[in-house]
Amino acid sequence: MKYTLLGKVIKQSGLLLVAGSMLLGVTTLQAEIKPAVVYDTAGKFDKSFNEAVFRNGVLKFKADTGIRVTEIEPTNSTQREQSLKKLAKRGHGPIVAVGFSMASAIESAAKAYPDTHFTIIDMVVGLPNVQSVVFKEHEGSFLVGVLAAMKSETGVVGFVGGMDIPLIRRFACGYEQGAKYQNNNIEILQNMTGSTGAAWNNPTKGGELTRSQIEAGADVVYAAAGGTGIGVYQAAADLGKYAIGVDSNQNYMQPGTMLTSMVKRVGDASYNSWQAGLDGNWKAGFQALGLAEGGVDWALDEHNRELVTAAMEARVNDVKAKIIAGDITVHDYMSDNTCAAPQGINFSN
Amino acid sequence: MNRDTRINWINRLILPVLNVLTAFAATAIIFVIIGVDPIEAAEILLYGAFGYQEGLGYTLYYATNFIFTGLAVAVAFNAGLFNIGGEGQAYIGGLGTALIIFAIDPNTSAWIFIPASILGGLLFGALWALVPAYLQAYRGSHIVITTIMFNFLASSLMVYMLVNVLREPGNMSPESQLFPQNSWFPFIHDLSTNFGFVMEESPLNVSLFVALFFAVIVWILIWHTRLGYSLRATGLNSEAAIYAGIKPKRIILITMCISGALAGLVGINELVGYQHRIIMDFHFGYGFGGIAVALMGRNHPIGIIIAALLFGVLYQGGAELAFELSNISRDIVVVMQGLIILFCGALQYMYKPWVINALAPIQKES
Amino acid sequence: MNKPQYAIELVDINKRFGAVYANNKVCLNVEEGTIHGIIGENGAGKSTLMSILYGFYQADSGLIKVFGNSLQFKDSHEAISSGIGMVHQHFMLVDNFTVLENVILGTEGGALLHEGLREARKELTRLGQEYGLKVDLDATIESLSVGSQQRVEILKALYKGAKILIFDEPTGVLTPQEAQDLFRIFSALKNEGVTIILITHKLHEIIHITDNVSVMRAGKMVAQKVTSKTDREDLAELMVGRKVLLQVDKEDKDKGEVLLKVNKLSVLDENNIFRLKDVSFEVHAGEVVGIAGVSGNGQSALLKVLSGISNITQGSVEILGQKMDSKNPIFPDKLRELGLSHVPEDRLRMGLISEFSASENSIIGYHNDKQINGRFIMNNAKVRNECAKLMEGFDVRPADPDLKSSNFSGGNQQKLILAREFNRNPKILLIGQPTRGVDIGAIEFIHKRIIEMRNSGKAVLLVSVELDEIMSISDRIIVLCDGHISGRVDAKSADERTLGLMMANAYDTTNNLESN
Repeated sequence: MKYTLLGKVIKQSGLLLVAGSMLLGVTTLQAEIKPAVVYDTAGKFDKSFNEAVFRNGVLKFKADTGIRVTEIEPTNSTQREQSLKKLAKRGHGPIVAVGFSMASAIESAAKAYPDTHFTIIDMVVGLPNVQSVVFKEHEGSFLVGVLAAMKSETGVVGFVGGMDIPLIRRFACGYEQGAKYQNNNIEILQNMTGSTGAAWNNPTKGGELTRSQIEAGADVVYAAAGGTGIGVYQAAADLGKYAIGVDSNQNYMQPGTMLTSMVKRVGDASYNSWQAGLDGNWKAGFQALGLAEGGVDWALDEHNRELVTAAMEARVNDVKAKIIAGDITVHDYMSDNTCAAPQGINFSN
Repeated sequence: MNRDTRINWINRLILPVLNVLTAFAATAIIFVIIGVDPIEAAEILLYGAFGYQEGLGYTLYYATNFIFTGLAVAVAFNAGLFNIGGEGQAYIGGLGTALIIFAIDPNTSAWIFIPASILGGLLFGALWALVPAYLQAYRGSHIVITTIMFNFLASSLMVYMLVNVLREPGNMSPESQLFPQNSWFPFIHDLSTNFGFVMEESPLNVSLFVALFFAVIVWILIWHTRLGYSLRATGLNSEAAIYAGIKPKRIILITMCISGALAGLVGINELVGYQHRIIMDFHFGYGFGGIAVALMGRNHPIGIIIAALLFGVLYQGGAELAFELSNISRDIVVVMQGLIILFCGALQYMYKPWVINALAPIQKES
Repeated sequence: MNKPQYAIELVDINKRFGAVYANNKVCLNVEEGTIHGIIGENGAGKSTLMSILYGFYQADSGLIKVFGNSLQFKDSHEAISSGIGMVHQHFMLVDNFTVLENVILGTEGGALLHEGLREARKELTRLGQEYGLKVDLDATIESLSVGSQQRVEILKALYKGAKILIFDEPTGVLTPQEAQDLFRIFSALKNEGVTIILITHKLHEIIHITDNVSVMRAGKMVAQKVTSKTDREDLAELMVGRKVLLQVDKEDKDKGEVLLKVNKLSVLDENNIFRLKDVSFEVHAGEVVGIAGVSGNGQSALLKVLSGISNITQGSVEILGQKMDSKNPIFPDKLRELGLSHVPEDRLRMGLISEFSASENSIIGYHNDKQINGRFIMNNAKVRNECAKLMEGFDVRPADPDLKSSNFSGGNQQKLILAREFNRNPKILLIGQPTRGVDIGAIEFIHKRIIEMRNSGKAVLLVSVELDEIMSISDRIIVLCDGHISGRVDAKSADERTLGLMMANAYDTTNNLESN
């Protein structure tokens, strides 16, 4: 069979790699990592989760180290596994897989390539060469819940979730606990956008749900719904109420009505995975990143500075310190699939 | 060769080839604009699709899906029906396959599982096509509209089934638990190992042979059976069919059931052959791709197999392209597919007058 | 004596399609201010010649002179501007436009319509008076009779300045009375100096109306004659190239039992309009009953109901002793099994599937016949063999069972259908328009075969718009008008005038001529 130009390049670069590592030894491992990321089928420009990995992970890593991260956007479920395996075969690593839907693909690829390092975000895969990074979204949500309860004048706050899955209920549950912690009489309205992947990208419905919550009295609405959040923030701004962003710092999206954002540092998590690969200290296993680890946080910047009073800021930081110190334990919905908060939850789909 | 034969060959072979080449030329122009060397891109695409066993495996794996949906569209088309519902029928067919597999005792032998899962796909795909067919035959609702609507219904139904019924407890993804191992279709690389050849792993499984088998069945059905005769007569001239005593309503029902059943087999390849569980959106794009495949394949099984292979190449080679070249995103691959559909479907007769003038001119002198 | 002024001179026109000469060194001289007939069998090249004259086709070689000027038309606009107009067999009119709007279509002149309309109205009124073409300019086309629609086409051509009018089979869609009206218009046009070219295959029209006649055969102009110096037999022989029997020989025959009995049959169409109303008649073994009428007066509905294609609304039909009514339909396949064959009126829309090969078409309606095909699988080889036999028996040319049906000429397509339907030894034969678009040689053959079927004891129901055909083949004639029977005549005592009046429902029905 005729070998193509490309085939030759691949072969030669592979040989070079092997030769290089033999010559230079362990100390110069730095030059050799070939980091990669496989996005979810939503694509890397989803204005949310995948994009956070791109902007705060891929671009930052390139800027800091000069190493290009190979990016793959699968178009169908077959390609998830195909991409992971192909990256592994070409000697890439660490390979970051974004999102819980990659779990079964990671499982099969990690078994096929036991020497390759895989990192999966938002899901746990228990294999010796897989690093599972999950976030304590309930802790971050607790903080913004406290803030929402302080800002609310009506005593009613809202929550709009994306797809109705345990992960999003974890957000909701943390938020509820935080609001109740601040004000035991507060009422929390909750809605999920849908039960499929489409729920992550339905701003119209997000806007509708927000309007109905505001009509029911809510004056702060927290969105944990990916692209659907855009509609939530818009509706809140239109009606002169407050909204809370999620995943990235989204305060800039509606300056003046974005109370804060619950930042989930997925970009940092992927960055760290590659950096660890570079430093030679990448470890498999399970990481749960909470407030203490800086995996989640609340965002305060010039866009919401005027909305957050000094008293509010002090209070939230105080609660944050207590959680880090272990004085407050936030219940994790996913630990037992129930929310400890006593009040009934109104999940209208 | 007389002129009619030449024109036949022009229609069947030369035009499709020219159309595909035009689409590639247009793609090349786009590549140049975005700064990709089209020759290099073509090498990567072809190498990715054929150059090594795994790539070839993926190509044939995707082609298998397109054979099923292409045959589905072609059967309906020969009866003058435009089945746009391949997407939904494939999805629901997969549900049927999964339900039957879960209903059978996991320790049952593969020799029961294999026909049963195929039957499940055929049956559910057929049922999903039967309702639009009934509405067309007896209520006059246009089949194009109803089959499109049934795609949406299928999608919603499957969301419900996957989220509320089939989802494995504790799994956040809407997907079922794994099928029992006995029900899995053997991978080609496993089979070849049994025969002493070591092959690279790929999702390619025996569903390819199922697809080829059904291609032969469709060929016999359409051109060598009484039913096929009635079906073609209805498609070409329904008044003549009625005159002949053929009942078009019955033909609509039967044809659409056959069409839906064929589309319903996508799940065999995707689920039983590879994923080994039912997942969300496994069918995505194959139903619509099947329309293009049938158009390009001139609604003939041999043409469909070739066109399905081309689409397999585009899927696999395109993924490879996006993989290798950082400035080619997955959307460029969709653009390529779009161009192929544009030139082979919408503009399929663009070159006809010129080609006929050149190769089969009306003779001035005898 | 002065050399006559020619409106049109065609010299050595050649036109080939593939290996076939459609026109082979055709010459034609048409004197100005005369009515000139062109006759010839289907495929003789008449239409090609006129298309060349009208600019649709370009001749491969040859000379066209219009009023003495040598011209070469690249398209029909150039032909129109040199004074040629054409009235097609199928009218080129927009149904829901008014007459006025149709006439100015393509020559609206200016962006604002009303100005052009005003001038057009003036001009058309003038033309209408001058040539006796009376049409309501504000009526929509769909509200007009076929004859009036044809007048609109003539007006259209005159409005565009035509001095030479070509008519392509103009009487095919008209009643005899409407045809008479048309011929009166011809005379008026001729008196005003308009030259008329009449393409037809009806010999009596040529004899009746034309001054000169040209005969074409197989792409060649075989004769040009002064009409008064020739006759029908002479012209027919020139057309076909041999002696033609215009009258079908048929001996008297005693009728047998009643095989088909229609009893107070009424049929509503999908728009709830009665297509047939209270129709009753019988057809006996060994007779041909002809159904005459202007097309669209219930003949099609009658054939469809009798062949089981559409449903009976009221009344009943007895076919070979089996009763069929609104509650008990019998489907076409069952009727065939009983022994009813049907040659449909429209062979391209119903009788054949033009994309099918001849052999596939040779089993339409009989594909379930156990003697040909198995339970599921078709025996394609056997079908092909049987088809070859049929083609031989009915002289279908070319005798190639694999040839696509659309590649056969109209006459050969029709012979294939007749072969299929006659060959099953049916007891009842429904035959619609057996010779429509079929050339004279084939007509003779087809008529003979129909008579043979009658003589062998079949009950034949013949529907035709050709009065000649009805009168020469039938034993009895039934005239349909507007869905009911407007006359019954014994064929021997029938004449064209009486039938024409019956077709227009203007005949005093108390005065029926049917002898039995």
